[in-house]
Amino acid sequence: MLSIAEILQGNPSDSDYNKKPVIIQGITGNYGSYHTQRMLEYGTNIVAGVTPGKGGKKHKNIPVYNTVKEAVDATGSKISIMFVPAKFFLGAAKEAIEAGIKLLVAIPEHVPVRDTLELLELAKKKDAIIIGPNTPGVLIPKVIKLGIMPASPFKLGNIGVLSKSGTLLYEISYNLSEAGFGQCITIGIGGDPINGTRLVDAFVMIADYPNLDGIVVVGEIGGDAEETLAQHVIDSNFKKPVVAYIAGRAAPKEKKMGHAGAIVYGNYGSAESKVSMFNKANIPVAKRPGEIPMLLAEKLKQSD
Amino acid sequence: MRLLEYQAKELFAEYGIKIPRGLTSKDIKQGRKDAQELGFPFVIKSQVPVGGRGKAGAIQICHNQDEFELKYPQILEMSVKGEKTRAILLEKMAEIKKELYLSVFLNRGKRCYTIISSSDGGVEIESVKNQVIREIGLGEIDKQVAEDVAKEIGLEGNSVSDFVDFLQKLSKITIEKEVELAEINPVAVLDDGSLLALDGKIITDDNANFRHPELLKYQEQTELEERAEKSGFSLVELDGDIAVVGNGAGLVMSTLDMLSDNGGKPACFLDVGGGATEESVYEALILISKMENVKGILVNLFGGIVKTTTVATAFIKAYKNKLIDHIVYARLKGAEAEKSKEMLKNTQTQLFDSVEEAINAAVIGVRKNA
Repeated sequence: MLSIAEILQGNPSDSDYNKKPVIIQGITGNYGSYHTQRMLEYGTNIVAGVTPGKGGKKHKNIPVYNTVKEAVDATGSKISIMFVPAKFFLGAAKEAIEAGIKLLVAIPEHVPVRDTLELLELAKKKDAIIIGPNTPGVLIPKVIKLGIMPASPFKLGNIGVLSKSGTLLYEISYNLSEAGFGQCITIGIGGDPINGTRLVDAFVMIADYPNLDGIVVVGEIGGDAEETLAQHVIDSNFKKPVVAYIAGRAAPKEKKMGHAGAIVYGNYGSAESKVSMFNKANIPVAKRPGEIPMLLAEKLKQSD
Repeated sequence: MRLLEYQAKELFAEYGIKIPRGLTSKDIKQGRKDAQELGFPFVIKSQVPVGGRGKAGAIQICHNQDEFELKYPQILEMSVKGEKTRAILLEKMAEIKKELYLSVFLNRGKRCYTIISSSDGGVEIESVKNQVIREIGLGEIDKQVAEDVAKEIGLEGNSVSDFVDFLQKLSKITIEKEVELAEINPVAVLDDGSLLALDGKIITDDNANFRHPELLKYQEQTELEERAEKSGFSLVELDGDIAVVGNGAGLVMSTLDMLSDNGGKPACFLDVGGGATEESVYEALILISKMENVKGILVNLFGGIVKTTTVATAFIKAYKNKLIDHIVYARLKGAEAEKSKEMLKNTQTQLFDSVEEAINAAVIGVRKNA
């Protein structure tokens, strides 16, 4: 599999290094159009849009195609970001992967899990990475913004941030930036029960990232992604500092807390279970988002 | 959504999974008719969307009319883990040789459907011993796999073919109804070796509701939850006195945690969604104005793209329209925070730079007014 850094940035010898071409699926919709503008402002190299029935037109001076295949053929892009309604998600996502997209950032919320599972079978066959669904996206400060996150919380630096939640990703990145800890990459995993890229997959993707000083993991109740990640940190004997935050300690059981995946059944998915696994992996867990920079600073000091 | 036992059993019956004879009622008048039709003895079972009914006394055997007149109203009035009885299922009892555990569920970690079965059923899944676990991809279960599981949990004779039948039908329900969990606990093995589903639990994927109009009759929503859903919000009503509002599920959960850490009691979890606009915040305040136990409102918005002045306008409008008279303790992160503070100077809204400060003020303020 191509590494995420390779797809997003390429190699310094590439003519389009740090300017990898991106396709927007659903570019003419309100939401897609708004965020296309924000991504362009950030410097993302958007080369084509796809909206069935609107092919041949231009939107914000970007050529629009009827199909992803046409857009890929015309631009050679391997990255697509989707703003299509959940109902049409599976069809559009499959179309992208069939057309040769290698990194699909799936923004839509409320995608049925069966559709995600079906997409993942195809992605596995075609060796493609899916981020999301229900993700805020991926951002490399000063290089590329592929998502709906505001730009202001993020500063360039050497910390990787992985998060299930969107707004907590912004909040914690903001806290980190304020404390002088810029980021080398931030990835929103998404708040769904089934993630195209799991927390542990994202961890593996960035573990060898150039200049990485440490990783911040922003988890929340539901499932066992945090436990799996903690186990991986133990098994791989990962040496760089990792700190975590878990949202949802005070949430009642068996209630869906906003995200489709944020639900506790018995002990499964509980904050206690996650915190106890993080403790085992020697990963400090912040009580509140504002505590993260301090915990990270302590960890970095220890590892010096 | 989570189906009640009798609803899950309706689906079981539709797919041909054998269930005991039973009738469901919501008042004693209908209950008496049901009792007569079934004939004593039978079991009276509270229908609630939580486990632990047996321990709570919400499932009881009933032998005669006198017992019925005593127990039916008792169980109808009962709550289990804070959940009120929604209906009563009267069900015939069976002679049971053995109780098994069987479920098909969405395995989040492995990203596939998975079977769990055991010869030690009848207890909560956490306590089920000797679990046999099989990953089954997108949910199809072929006969061989089902037979292997049956044999591994020690079934013999006609129990095996009944088990295969149950499991394949459970798989069909899982696929066709887009289920996250379909559980039969216990599956009874009767004297003649045949199987019977004594209980049923089904949780479906809410995000697939649009493909399942036939399931909507099972959806249970309060008026406020329904309104919230229409606005694209997520609302969980809680029993405290400080309403918690924010944008993004993670941020609101985090605010709830910090409020609880500081001795505050949340009245609700209200996520207005990733963005925040004047309209969405105003609509959130409308919902909160309908909650009787609310004494203060804690708002935590990470704007980023949004201007805080837009949100401030919603607060001002809400006070002007006398929608709310509570104090709003707000942390608005985003552009034009100073201007917003100026705008809100003479209102009941207090603006804070950090969420920690807003929470402290809310806890103290609400306690003072209590």
